[in-house]
Amino acid sequence: MIEGISIYDILTLTTILFFIGVYGFLTRKNLISILISVEMILNASVVNFVVINKYLYPDILQGTLFSIFIIAVAAAETALAVAIIINLYRQISSVEVKDTEVMKF
Amino acid sequence: MNISYIILIPVIPLVVFLLLGIFNRKIKPSVSGYVGVFGLLVSAVLSFYAAFEYFFVLGKVDGVFQTLSEKIVWMNFTDSLHIDMGILVDPISVMMLVVVSTVSLMVHIYSRGYMHGDEGYTKFFAFLSLFTFSMYGLVLATNLFQIYIFWELVGVSSYLLIGYYYTKTSAIAAAKKAFIVTRFADFGFLIGILIIGYYTGTFDFETLNNPEGSAILNWASYSFMGLSALTWALILIFIGGAGKSAMFPLHIWLPDAMEGPTPVSALIHAATMVVAGVFLVARLFPMYYFVDDGFVLQIVAYVGAFSALFAAIIAITQTDIKRVLAFSTMSQLGYMMLGLGVSGFEGHSGVGYMASMFHLFTHAMFKALLFLGAGSVIHAVHSNFLKDMGGLRKYMPITNITFLIAALAIAGVPPLAGFWSKDEILVAAYEHNRLIYYIGVFVAGLTAFYMFRIYFGIFWGKDRLYHHKPKESPLSMTFPLLVLAFLSITVGFIPFSEFVTPDKMGFTAHLNYPLAAIASAVGLIGIATAWVFYKKENQLGDIWANRFGMLYKWTSNKFYFDEIYMFIAKKIFFKRVSEPFAKFDRKYVDGTMVGIGNTTVATSRKIKGLQSGRVQDYAFAFIGGAVIIGLIFIYLWT
Repeated sequence: MIEGISIYDILTLTTILFFIGVYGFLTRKNLISILISVEMILNASVVNFVVINKYLYPDILQGTLFSIFIIAVAAAETALAVAIIINLYRQISSVEVKDTEVMKF
Repeated sequence: MNISYIILIPVIPLVVFLLLGIFNRKIKPSVSGYVGVFGLLVSAVLSFYAAFEYFFVLGKVDGVFQTLSEKIVWMNFTDSLHIDMGILVDPISVMMLVVVSTVSLMVHIYSRGYMHGDEGYTKFFAFLSLFTFSMYGLVLATNLFQIYIFWELVGVSSYLLIGYYYTKTSAIAAAKKAFIVTRFADFGFLIGILIIGYYTGTFDFETLNNPEGSAILNWASYSFMGLSALTWALILIFIGGAGKSAMFPLHIWLPDAMEGPTPVSALIHAATMVVAGVFLVARLFPMYYFVDDGFVLQIVAYVGAFSALFAAIIAITQTDIKRVLAFSTMSQLGYMMLGLGVSGFEGHSGVGYMASMFHLFTHAMFKALLFLGAGSVIHAVHSNFLKDMGGLRKYMPITNITFLIAALAIAGVPPLAGFWSKDEILVAAYEHNRLIYYIGVFVAGLTAFYMFRIYFGIFWGKDRLYHHKPKESPLSMTFPLLVLAFLSITVGFIPFSEFVTPDKMGFTAHLNYPLAAIASAVGLIGIATAWVFYKKENQLGDIWANRFGMLYKWTSNKFYFDEIYMFIAKKIFFKRVSEPFAKFDRKYVDGTMVGIGNTTVATSRKIKGLQSGRVQDYAFAFIGGAVIIGLIFIYLWT
């Protein structure tokens, strides 16, 4: 509970954050940028969890707990994604999305 | 009596077959011949021992030959209807064991000489062993289904051996013809088996053949188109038997089957496989006799008599010696069928059955001898045709003597084997049906005539232009000839009626002197006529052939049966039935399937563009879809 800030303000903020992430995910040409966009989507949901937990059910802790999980998973996922991107770079000397199309064959 | 060792008799040839078949290329021909002969020798010794033990020591209890069996359940359908695998020992199966092992052993020994130097030597022995195994299995079968399995197996091995010279087009055609014609007949057999299984609830021979059993007592309980269901079943089974035994009108495969190597003709198409049909009728004889008061047996008798006459007439005009022997085989098989057809059941009236089995036994010996002798001649002159032979008695004394013995035996000259068995068949026919008796006597004369026609043609007359001087065959070929010649002389003296009768009790048969005199006189007349016609080269044969004109032409073309069947098959069946069906199949059935396939390919080609491989396209589709579903849930959910 933060004084003077209602739940709607925060949820609006996270929605904006989420759609920035989605927009970035769809439009960026660089794999690293896409990864950053995914992180933004995840962060939007983390904030949502915490806020809803804090505002609506202040007595329990599940939401907060889940946000920690999500951060952990996101870290693991980032490590994996970066590893894949590095390997890809070694193969095709590029981290552009359009160059990864060769993988469909 | 402990019969479990009898299982070894079929198993040994099977093992030999597997051994020679698997290590085909690795075994030297010299070894594989010995392996084949040795395996058969062990089987034969066991068969003789089994026969001795069964007939003389342990088989007879209280004056009745016991039916012994040992079996395991193989497929269980209901409590009563199950298919067993096992062995059945009774007088006819033991007798058949002796026949098969004797002839097969002789043929194995003979083949070592005849097939010497052939490329597929080992393969040949493997196939011979496979055939012998199947034939043993057939005679020892405990139920209809088991006999059917081995029945098809002998068909397959016959197919393999007829088509042994697989580079020859005619051999392949003959093999296919034999297989298809017999398979066609076996279709009747299979339906017969199923009808019997359905109405009697059992396949087991012991249950079916029991004269007081429910199968025979209740034969009339179901009827179909004026005859009882079991009568139909027996007719259908007889069709199967007629196909294997080359009875008219399913005989067309047997002459062509002579394309196979001569030892094969001796083993399969003279002595063993072709008698399977006779054996089948004999095996179910109580059913044939009691169901519908022997109605089916009358069919058997007439088909047999007609086939005997028909084949004997054709045999007179053939110029290929193996074909003469093939038609002679068909004629003698007709004799056996006829014998079964005129037989009774109890005591002395079962003489027809006894005589038929007796003739089967003696015929196996002298017809195998005839074929092996013919093989020896063919080996020497490298031709099947009578016109390439003549005056061979100087070059091949042993073949000459043994062939003469066999020819005398088949002509029914006393005291050789054929005389006794043929006489018994004629006695049975005389007591039962005069018309069939007259046909039988006439056929006996014809038999003597055509047999001596080829005998004189081969061994007497003038020498032909031989490429190299014909010489007597090696010992491996003459030894079986001598053994079989000895058997052809002696087996007639076996008191067969004491051992093999329909009621399994045995009786003492007496020679019917007037009938025997008539039969042998007719045989001698046949021989004398052949003497006049063919002993010295003269024009008599041609003159008479011209005198008969059309009839001669028809006969030498086997009454155009091949052509008629060809016409029916090609012009009517293929053209009017198969071709429209094929067209329908190709156009509509295949067309539908091809259409479905083509549509799928075309559609996928069109929608292939959707799969761009760009992750962001997919993500856009996913998010767009999620948004749309979200909107639907929010605004349209009521």
